[in-house]
Amino acid sequence: MKKIFKGRVVIGGSVSGESVVTLQGFNILASYLRSLSERNGKAICSDQNNKDLYNKDLTGKIICLPQTIGSTTGGMILQSVAELGIGPKAMLFSKHIDSLAAAGVILSYVWSNKKIVTIDQLGDEFLEFVKDGQHIEIKEDGSVIVSD
Amino acid sequence: MRQYNMILSDEEKEILDGKRGEVMRKVLESVVLYGEAFEAKRLLPIDGPVHLVTSFALTGIETVHKIMDELISAGLKTKEHFTVDPRPIDFENVECSETQKMIFNAMYKNQEKYERQLKKIGLKDDDAFTCTCYMPEVGNVPKRGQVLSWAESSAVVFANSVIGARTNRMSALIELFCGILGKVPEFGLVTDEGRRATWLIEVKTSTLPNAQVLGSAIGMKVMEDVPYIVGLDRFLGKGINEVTLDYLKDMGAASASNGAVGLYHVENITPEAIEFGRSLLVEDYRTYIIDDDEIKRVIDLYPILWNDFNAKPVMCFIGCPQLSLRQIYDWVERISSRLLKAGQNKVSINTVLCAAPDVISKFKSDSETYKKMRDMGLHLTYICPLMYMSNPECARQPIITNSNKLRTYSTARFFVDEDILDIIVRGHI
Repeated sequence: MKKIFKGRVVIGGSVSGESVVTLQGFNILASYLRSLSERNGKAICSDQNNKDLYNKDLTGKIICLPQTIGSTTGGMILQSVAELGIGPKAMLFSKHIDSLAAAGVILSYVWSNKKIVTIDQLGDEFLEFVKDGQHIEIKEDGSVIVSD
Repeated sequence: MRQYNMILSDEEKEILDGKRGEVMRKVLESVVLYGEAFEAKRLLPIDGPVHLVTSFALTGIETVHKIMDELISAGLKTKEHFTVDPRPIDFENVECSETQKMIFNAMYKNQEKYERQLKKIGLKDDDAFTCTCYMPEVGNVPKRGQVLSWAESSAVVFANSVIGARTNRMSALIELFCGILGKVPEFGLVTDEGRRATWLIEVKTSTLPNAQVLGSAIGMKVMEDVPYIVGLDRFLGKGINEVTLDYLKDMGAASASNGAVGLYHVENITPEAIEFGRSLLVEDYRTYIIDDDEIKRVIDLYPILWNDFNAKPVMCFIGCPQLSLRQIYDWVERISSRLLKAGQNKVSINTVLCAAPDVISKFKSDSETYKKMRDMGLHLTYICPLMYMSNPECARQPIITNSNKLRTYSTARFFVDEDILDIIVRGHI
């Protein structure tokens, strides 16, 4: 079954990939801290407080989330993982993007030339529908197609 | 130049066309895109020095050094000298094992290089490392109504609420770029509408609630919304004095870390609440009542992340956010009288008080009280205890704190001030 959602384009692009889903706020610093220090070419979520993502491989995935939370250094951390080539391929927000994530995807785009395609305001129904491991296709206009 | 939705001045258009160099173009593009993500219509001039959150050169964030080098090579600096969050390491005043030191040195091996970069970009001075830049001893004290670009969450909520300045919770690097441009995007807490309260918080406790727990309760309930708090003037009186100021500092930091509060109003106390009263509330506001039972319920929610719940604490951190001068004196006095009562000369647990370097210098100038503090076995440091806890070898130790921010972001166990006093004197929980 396929379902199409439409959101607002923050960083536009046309990409597809595999989903990882967190229903709680995504703590950027806590999630990537270990991977930044270990530098083993993978981004394994190190946030013990995130029961949805802890220990899961986030490398090159499409992260589906409500918002990001935590330290205001979060944006810089996201840019760092993007520059290392272990950042997410895309970020899909059910709510309005927050300041940490906005900084992260913009810094990655402007300063590291790494585009993390970002769509926000996809709605609560999006997060209720999407599950880990699904194929997601994102269009330039902010359409998000989720397939089983 | 690509198309932007924001209304741009001719000067801004020129910068985005690359006429002031590629690095300046990237600085402005970052700020414009950031503003557009929040539907900002234009950029506003800022009125005071920025306060940066990134004070540490954690291994793994070398991209930041790269950006700093680009900014320096392009000759860019902030319009005014800035302050920045606390340094991560102080081996002299915060006891560390050789292994812990080794890990710290590896984690922050680029610290000196980063501090040199900060100086070139506009750092105020060598002592400008603190999360409480608004202390009079530090001197980055904004005035009511001034538009700022600050990122440290506890400082943001203080500046907005207690001083009545205007800043969003800016992100690392974006706050620096705004300081270089001298402009911020106009949205959120910078606007009149964004400063209206969507929650009425009724404090109905029988005594003044612990500031850190009250802030935590409010933060967890309202998250990033603006609360209007009533009932605190029963205990704190009207207006702001030194005691109220410290109370609001700690309450705000807890609300910002346990939730994401960037501004609160307190009836008859904070400046905008005094001027506008309950007209700050939106029509369809929600209400949250905090009584003694609710305070207890919130404390009971805090998870204990120690392997052994009954472990003897090895360290106690007091001062996150960092202590004011009055608070250092207050803690020294309270610990002293508790020791006297117990018939002891020294605390039984390694107890570390955290404050801004300039506040520490001022306190040390009172050599008699400083000696009294040292004689009781207390330590005074300028570090951020959160950075101490970011070392995995430190995080595995049983550490106690009276800070709800430190509790939220680390394995430190929270106790209210009275319990902290008991534990550090007695030596166990």
